[in-house]
Amino acid sequence: MKMKKEYWRWPEYRRTVPRKDWAGAEVVTAGVDVGAVSSKAVIMVDGDLYAYSIMRTGSSSPDSANKAMNWALEGTGMKLEDIRYVVGTGYGRVNVPFANRAITEITCHARGANYIWGPTVRTILDMGGQDCKAIRCDERGKVTAFLMNDKCAAGTGRGMEVIADLLSVPIEEVGAMSLKVEKEPEPVSSTCVVFAKSEAVGLLRKGWPKEMVLAAFCSAMANRVAELLKRVSMEKDFVITGGIAKNVGIVKRVEDVIGLKALPMKEGLDPMIAGGIGAGLFAMDLYERERKVA
Amino acid sequence: MGSKNIKAAILKNGQVLARGLIPSGFEQRAAAEKIFNELLEKADVSRDDIDHIVATGAGKDVAPYANSEISMMGADALGGTFLFPSARTVIDVGAEAGRAVRCDGKGRMVDFVVNEKCAAGAGTFIEAMARALEVKLEQIGPLSLKAEKVISMNAQCTIFAESEVVSLIHEKTSKADIARAIHDAIANRITSMTRRLGIQRDVVLAGGVAKNVGFVSSLQRTLAVDLLVPEEPEFVGALGAALAPQKGN
Repeated sequence: MKMKKEYWRWPEYRRTVPRKDWAGAEVVTAGVDVGAVSSKAVIMVDGDLYAYSIMRTGSSSPDSANKAMNWALEGTGMKLEDIRYVVGTGYGRVNVPFANRAITEITCHARGANYIWGPTVRTILDMGGQDCKAIRCDERGKVTAFLMNDKCAAGTGRGMEVIADLLSVPIEEVGAMSLKVEKEPEPVSSTCVVFAKSEAVGLLRKGWPKEMVLAAFCSAMANRVAELLKRVSMEKDFVITGGIAKNVGIVKRVEDVIGLKALPMKEGLDPMIAGGIGAGLFAMDLYERERKVA
Repeated sequence: MGSKNIKAAILKNGQVLARGLIPSGFEQRAAAEKIFNELLEKADVSRDDIDHIVATGAGKDVAPYANSEISMMGADALGGTFLFPSARTVIDVGAEAGRAVRCDGKGRMVDFVVNEKCAAGAGTFIEAMARALEVKLEQIGPLSLKAEKVISMNAQCTIFAESEVVSLIHEKTSKADIARAIHDAIANRITSMTRRLGIQRDVVLAGGVAKNVGFVSSLQRTLAVDLLVPEEPEFVGALGAALAPQKGN
């Protein structure tokens, strides 16, 4: 029997940043971000990114945390015991078996964005698998305000997976394909993925090419998240994190709606690990503090 | 002219001569034409015998032959009070929208609330959940009445609820218990929507979802009132539209 291709399935991977030898380091910490859809483990050596893994979250949060951590460690010669302090974050943050502390992903995303892009970042749009947040922060990466939609799939990665599957377009290609239109079509429903999906079916029946349908869908999603950004009274510099930051069709349209460009992703980094990086940095702060107390 | 089905009724001096239902499909105009011709035949009347045709529903602009139109809320008020003169609130849950209408003793709409933005408050939600549970849509209602445990769903969004149902099945929760949780979830949403309007008795439940006994049972519980459910709840709007010319609408 031929298996149906899973167009929603995005690539899982791990990576070591070839920078320095961890063995000579003062302190190794880790941040583990167990999201509703993806789990990320990030290893920080003396406060610098050293290695990370990104994989799909399974049915059990503790298992997913363990798997992501082991995968990040793979090939580094490092063992879990070498990591002095671990902070868990994300939807499953209290279910990271080896974590010393749990910190919310909003706090961690702001701190991570501050690390990736520097102190000029003031607004972060985090488009995750099952929620979407607009976060304001100061020059130290401290959260000053945030708004979030976690009730509804509109504007989230799950919403994007639904349309990728419906149109049989691999999810990594959705963004680029959606930009291949000469004229931007009317967006589909921006309030509900279910209604947007049935509108998309109608448009396909009418004979719309896939790229037009994707454009109508991406544009609806961009309108939806732009609302959050407006309500949080965004300021520049503006950045986008989370899996959807890799979707050029959404990024371009969000930028068009709000009239502001997002800072581009740094070479060799992944927008999905911002929360994990933030957690790893908090782990270092907490380790230092506990060491001083002791 | 509903998003899922087109319902039509021919009335003569306040008596129903014929009524019928056809899926809206992708050619709503053609479907509307077809059901109209079928009803003419059923009622044994000719097109010229019809004095006035009123369209209502999400696709009311597409009805090719309508002389006038009435809002869905207005039609619910007229249809609901026609069937149950004591009705002061008509709740109508269709495939893609839910609404609650306050009406007076003359069948006039006084106030209303509506949700047409989110599938979780409409019949689409139950359809998606039935698919996730792998039970037929007609069976999910009766199945939920066999529930032994009361569990509640965390997810509000239809998309998230689909995954939740799958996890509940994996955790070996009985399908009946899940089915009840599904109906409780949508009933809670319809209840909080109706509360914004204020619940005035008697309350009529209309729309295709009212045929689902599981939903009716959950909604009676969450609203804490007995519901008057017509035999053919999906026709309330069409009846109301047909009554509109007589009522001077």
